[in-house]
Parts: sequence; structure tokens; C-alpha cells
Amino acid sequence: MGKVVVVTSGKGGVGKTTSTAALGAALAQNGEKVVVVDFDVGLRNLDLVMGAERRVVYDLVNVIQGEAKLTQALIRDKRLETLYLLPASQTRDKDNLTAEGVEKVIGALRHVFDWVICDSPAGIERGATLAMRHADVAIVVTNPEVSSVRDSDRIIGLLDSKTLKAENGERMEKHLLLTRYDSLRAERGDMLKVDDVLEILSIPLLGIIPESMDVLRASNVGSPVTLADERSAPALAYFEATRRLRGEDLPVSIPGERRGFFGKFFGRKAA
Amino acid sequence: MTSVLTQPRPIRLKGRSFLALALTPELPFEEWLVRLDDLASRSAGFFMRRPAVLDVTGLDIDRAQLQDLVARLSARQVRIMGIEGARPSMLGADLPPALSDGRSTADIEAPPATDPAQPAVREADPAPVTPVAKGPTSLVVTQPVRSGQSLVFIEGDVTILGSVASGAEVIAGGSIHVYGALRGRAMAGTMGNASARIFCRKLEAELVAIDGYYKTAEDLEPGLRGKAVQFWLDGDSFKYGSLA
Repeated sequence: MGKVVVVTSGKGGVGKTTSTAALGAALAQNGEKVVVVDFDVGLRNLDLVMGAERRVVYDLVNVIQGEAKLTQALIRDKRLETLYLLPASQTRDKDNLTAEGVEKVIGALRHVFDWVICDSPAGIERGATLAMRHADVAIVVTNPEVSSVRDSDRIIGLLDSKTLKAENGERMEKHLLLTRYDSLRAERGDMLKVDDVLEILSIPLLGIIPESMDVLRASNVGSPVTLADERSAPALAYFEATRRLRGEDLPVSIPGERRGFFGKFFGRKAA
Repeated sequence: MTSVLTQPRPIRLKGRSFLALALTPELPFEEWLVRLDDLASRSAGFFMRRPAVLDVTGLDIDRAQLQDLVARLSARQVRIMGIEGARPSMLGADLPPALSDGRSTADIEAPPATDPAQPAVREADPAPVTPVAKGPTSLVVTQPVRSGQSLVFIEGDVTILGSVASGAEVIAGGSIHVYGALRGRAMAGTMGNASARIFCRKLEAELVAIDGYYKTAEDLEPGLRGKAVQFWLDGDSFKYGSLA
């Protein structure tokens, strides 16, 4: 039985899709069987970030409505053979997702894959609640700024009340993934610091992804950042987050903390 | 019109809950009324001045039958203040208003059979007030209250070990204690308890209110931010003090 992970945030544009693709690819690079599922029906993006947009035939809604088999809708990645994508429909809307349909699809996927990673749409409506409903683990993607943090807090509340795990009285495992982090700006006070975010959300930290041009560059060429440049700072941060997701106990380093020669001269004062 | 607009003090609307006797009649009503008469005969005046609610949930009766029942109860000095479980179409201006969402408390004990030798003395007694077994009057929350969540506990005090997030609210009939940071709203003494207080270890609240009087973040002294603070009411004025 595979693990079902939901990548969610409440707020849009914080990096849910980027993180889904990066974590999915990182897990698959380790030889595990991974499927990334796009729940953003009507505004799909995961296919673009995965570079599979020209190979989409059937999608999640087709499968739910019985117009296609699951195996027909799954797209195998060209670079990693254990990585699959289940795309969302761009032409329909989220009302086409039914609770029973989603349950059937997730149930079938978790039998075949080691990891089922659901990319939640922004917001707290139908698409987002269905994406989190069957999850075993939640990754809450947050940017270090107040509106994102408050929306994440709202989502954590929903994870603790509207998911199957919560309804069965179990605790949902939740992790915080802090993205677009810029240590210089945090020090200047333009951004919230890591400790502030952790204090407000009080869930364990999965990783801190530094703000980087590499992320945008990777998106534009249709490649998860962990595949595009394995040595880039965000890729390394995602690899570390992946190891923690697998259960490894790694200390979290704050990007920018270890600085080079110049950093020693121009760097900030110790906090 | 202008006099209304220039009224300096707006009318405050408050909720209040009371304990009422709930009667659940059974069909046929004739038989049930006989049993009621029997109960009443054991203690004259048991129903006098006692507010009673008629619970007709699940009874297959029409409007005329309901009117008849209320009239017959009123002839027995049982005054019905509200009707629960009736279809709105059955109730009109001539019948008591509909009540809903009633919560049950302990059973109100029927009066004991009075000794016929001394009825006059008993009658002079005020209607027997049975102490009602109350539910818990405090609530302890060990998890943080998240944005968008609303924690309502009108029965008494609320103690929160974690934080109250921005966009969350806590409403308590009694006092509110927050051992983490209070970033959302806290409303204490909502059922008209002016002696309720709000305590927090770190004040970053959006709004604090006690018994309908409130202060928004903007009205709060800027020096209080981030501090351990308590709030209370002194007459009409909102007071605060350091907890350190």
C-alpha cells in the first residue's frame, strides 16, 4: 500500500505545483514508483511543469466519469520510468469531481504506486477538500509572508477536521514546506523569519526552499527542478525534504546560513 | 426619524438562555391529559407560573388539534411559552412561537405526593426548584485554534494551551485564558457576564470583547502588543493590566 500525500496551501502561487513535481521526481529518482495527480481541474499546470502537456489524452475527470480507464490516463515520464502523471482536465470544472470517484481513483493508485502525490488547487473549496480527503500525509506549502501563513493555518484546520483520517479520529501527519525563502530579506524584516512561521503554524518543518531563478527556469523548460539541475540550491533543498518525507531525521539548514568567502565579509550579522 | 438617528446609545441585543419545563404530550391527548391531571393533583400549583414548552416532535396532529391542546392546557393553568417540533404552517399568531435547538438538562422531578393533611402549608411554598445537574463549566483546548475556526463555549470558561491564530475566534460565556499567543478574536462573557476576563500570554489580538463591549486591535494600546495582558470590565469601561 502506497502513501497518499497532499500538497496544499490555501493560497495560490506559493509553489504547490513546483513542489509536487520536484518531490515526485526526487522520490522517483530513488527508484520508488510515484504518481503525481493534478487536482486543479479547470486550471491545470502540473502537466506543463512536468513537461507532459503534449501527451495528455485522457484526464482525471475522464477516469472519474468512466470515459477512460486509469491506465489510459496515466502518463509515464520520459526521463524517469517510475514517475507517472495523472493530469487534470482543463475544459471542465471542479464540480465534475465526485467524492466517490476520487475515492475510487486514489484507492486504485495507492495499490500500484509507492507514493501518490496530489497537487491541490488553491482555495478551500471542492477541489482542495477532495484532494486532501484521502491523504495520509499533508505537505503545507507556505511562503514567508503573513497572508500565506494565515491561509496555511486555515488549511491545517481543515486537514484536522475535513479529511477521512480526522473523521476517523486519527491524526493527520502534517509537514511545513517553506518555499521562496530569502534569508537576506528575512533578516531585513521584509519577510517573516523561519522561527516566526514555525511559531504560528506549529507543525514540523519538512524543508526550506530558497528563492531562486532556477525554479522558474526549470518550470519554463517543463522539468521538475530536481531533474533540471540536480546541483542547484532549490534542487538540493528538495532532495533533503524528500529524505525527511521518507522518515529520515535530518537537521534543517536555513538557506544562506552557510556562506562563502564573500559572504563572510558582506554577510549579515549573527541573529 | 431624526431622533432615532441621533440616539447616542444603540440598543444592545443580547441572547439569554432559560430553563423551561418541556412537556411531551402523547396521543391520544385525552389519556395523556388524565395523567397530567393526576400529576398536578399531587401538587397544586406545580405548573403555576412555570414556563413550559410543548414538544410535539413526531406527533401526527393538525393545527386544530394543537390549538385545542394548548387551550386545554391553559385551562389547567399550564401556560405554554413555545412550541417545539411543529411545522411552521401549524403555528400562527394565535399559538405560541416556535422554539428549536433546545438542549436537554436533567429531568425536572415531579412533585412528590403531598400529604392531604397539610396541603395549605405546601401550597404557600414557592414552586419547588430542583437543582439542575449542569454540564461542565470549563473547556480545556490542547490544540492551537486555527484560522477560520470558531470555538464557542457559552457554558463557561475556555482555556487554550496553544495559540489562537489570526482569523480564528473564541467565544466563551465565562473567561478566556490563552497560554500561547492570542492573534485572533476573543469574546468573553457573551451571555451577559460582565465579570468575565480575557487573559493571554502574548497579545496580538484582532479584537477582544467582554459582555458586548469590544476593542479592535487599533483601539488597543500599542504598548500592549506582544505582552502578557488581561482585560476586564469596570462598569462601562474596558480595563487592561499586565500579567507579568
